[in-house]
Amino acid sequence: MDIHEYQAKEVLSNFGVEVPAGALAYSPEQAAYRARELGGGKWIVKAQVHAGGRGKAGGVKLCNTENEIYKACDDLFGRKLVTHQTGPEGKGIYRVYVEAAVPIDREIYLGFVLDRSSQRVMIVASSEGGMEIEDISADRPDSIVRSIVEPAVGLQEFQAREIAFKLGLEPKLTQQMVRTLQGCYAAFSDLDATMVEINPLVITGDDRVLALDAKMSFDDNALFRHPQIAELRDKSQEDPRESRAADRGLSYVGLDGNIGCIVNGAGLAMATMDTIKLAGGEPANFLDIGGGASPERVAKAFRLVLSDDNVQAILVNIFAGINRCDWVAEGVVQALKELDLDLPVVVRLAGTNVEEGQKILAKSGLPVIRATTLMEAAERAVGAWKNDLTQGTKMRAVQ
Amino acid sequence: MSILLDRDSRVIVQGITGRMARFHTKDMLKYGTNVVGGVVPGKGGETVEGVPVFDTVKQAVEATGADASLVFVPPPFAADSIMEAADAGIRYCVCITDGIPAQDMIRVKRYMYRYPKDKRMVLTGPNCAGTISPGKALLGIMPGHIYLPGHVGIIGRSGTLGYEAAAQLKERGIGVSTSVGIGGDPINGSSFKDILQRFEKDEDTHAIAMIGEIGGPQEAEAAEYIRDHITKPVIAYVAGLTAPKGRTMGHAGAIISAFGESASEKVEILSAAGVTVAENPAVIGETIARAMEAA
Repeated sequence: MDIHEYQAKEVLSNFGVEVPAGALAYSPEQAAYRARELGGGKWIVKAQVHAGGRGKAGGVKLCNTENEIYKACDDLFGRKLVTHQTGPEGKGIYRVYVEAAVPIDREIYLGFVLDRSSQRVMIVASSEGGMEIEDISADRPDSIVRSIVEPAVGLQEFQAREIAFKLGLEPKLTQQMVRTLQGCYAAFSDLDATMVEINPLVITGDDRVLALDAKMSFDDNALFRHPQIAELRDKSQEDPRESRAADRGLSYVGLDGNIGCIVNGAGLAMATMDTIKLAGGEPANFLDIGGGASPERVAKAFRLVLSDDNVQAILVNIFAGINRCDWVAEGVVQALKELDLDLPVVVRLAGTNVEEGQKILAKSGLPVIRATTLMEAAERAVGAWKNDLTQGTKMRAVQ
Repeated sequence: MSILLDRDSRVIVQGITGRMARFHTKDMLKYGTNVVGGVVPGKGGETVEGVPVFDTVKQAVEATGADASLVFVPPPFAADSIMEAADAGIRYCVCITDGIPAQDMIRVKRYMYRYPKDKRMVLTGPNCAGTISPGKALLGIMPGHIYLPGHVGIIGRSGTLGYEAAAQLKERGIGVSTSVGIGGDPINGSSFKDILQRFEKDEDTHAIAMIGEIGGPQEAEAAEYIRDHITKPVIAYVAGLTAPKGRTMGHAGAIISAFGESASEKVEILSAAGVTVAENPAVIGETIARAMEAA
């Protein structure tokens, strides 16, 4: 789960990381009022969306007067911000964060990630702050400092000092840098984060080490023990189909194609998408309905896939293990009768009791296109979709 | 002898009184797995499917001589159960549980290192379908009947995609020595490389099939190991060619977040290491059959 910049800053400052003075606003009036409260003569107004690259996309504005704050907010509120991380649909701006501008001497990149090679938390830092880490790795790989944290004892001071010196910080800043690094690590490990990124971490003209930006992601599997973090979820930043799926315990990712997929198991779901592509089509979604494929889950899955208007054909691919195919087939029949839908549905069943399953589908009298192998299923789904297009009979009736 | 799991493996099921665990205990017994007990704190003295339940893993090991364990414990408590098994002298543990916090798994891995290598438990999973040595024993939740006994070793991150591969092999009359699910989580007990090492030494295994997917460094790590150390033919398939970057595809570990983690990059890395790559999931069985004939 991702959170907003202002939330991440609040979390990190509770762990001793210093951040600039700032305040949240839900309207232009509030933003101007908050700026006056903060004082000073220069403010940064920052769109709060769950994506990086806000600056380049016009989501961060420097303002010198209250009027400029009004103008900046008028432009931001209600708009969809499109950055290189949001996809073309962008993310809605409903909150802005107003910060007092600070004089910047140096910009540093600081990231904490779960390193899957060492299976530990890794700190990644670079003297080239302000750039995306991908660009730093490509253009200035020599500037990157890495350090792995031993989970039994946590981040040690010497490790933090090493990072500070490798970044070329002045010795008088070492203690502040150690405090920042240890604060980030403590937040990461105490709150089950999967990522903490401060880009940039700045050294101000008056020798302070401040987190000018902050991003945090959390392990969904650990939210049960961090209710205060779970509360920070902002559904306005999620794909509504994906939120709906997550609320129903299904794992769904929306894509751009036309062939909806309903599959059990994540690996098989990806393999099904790949096969559709190979057969000349484009998958509309990733959907894993889980190892068990109960009739209720199958019905839920159909409704979810159909909530995407681009879907013009559906491919159901179930490998029945412990659950028998006849049972899965009954679920498919039940779902199709309930939904009364009018677009081609290809069903491929494999595994336990496959013959009985096929018989149930055949006997149902429903216009289900059956397939026995994965390739055949993909070809038939793509074929049915193309056929449907040429005949111009695309009609949809979904309850 | 097959790797990790054999006819005489003495198995306990942790969390045996749960609905899923009961169901699969019955299924494993039916398959011929030597299930000797179960562990649920506070339920010692009960029986499930005719096997005794103990309060702690240590008690279960003392009473039954168990050397393998299957963990069905819910996510908040699963890491603790794995460490309990490691401490009680269990040699091989499969964790089925999906949804264990990543940092819990970091702690589990760190904890296991307190035992010298010859005493250290082997863990596969979490978030996997388990391990099967066909005709001998099943430690997991897969349908046993789709695997024929034979000489292909399978290592996979995904459950049902692994079934797909096994079924394609069965259709061609090709059997499996052992199939090991390493699971879909970012921090897992054993990697492709760990299991490759075992298959290389195993006389019953003549070829190895690797079923990978997007995300993480373990396929690339395996490629390097195969190039330098594996003499048996290796066939691979990598799922997720159409998966977008930066999105989690069902498995917590199936996310492209760094260079080399996409399916096409992994295919390239594996091919360069001399691995025969099946171009699509429909030809996994066929590709394995051809590679075995050529060998």
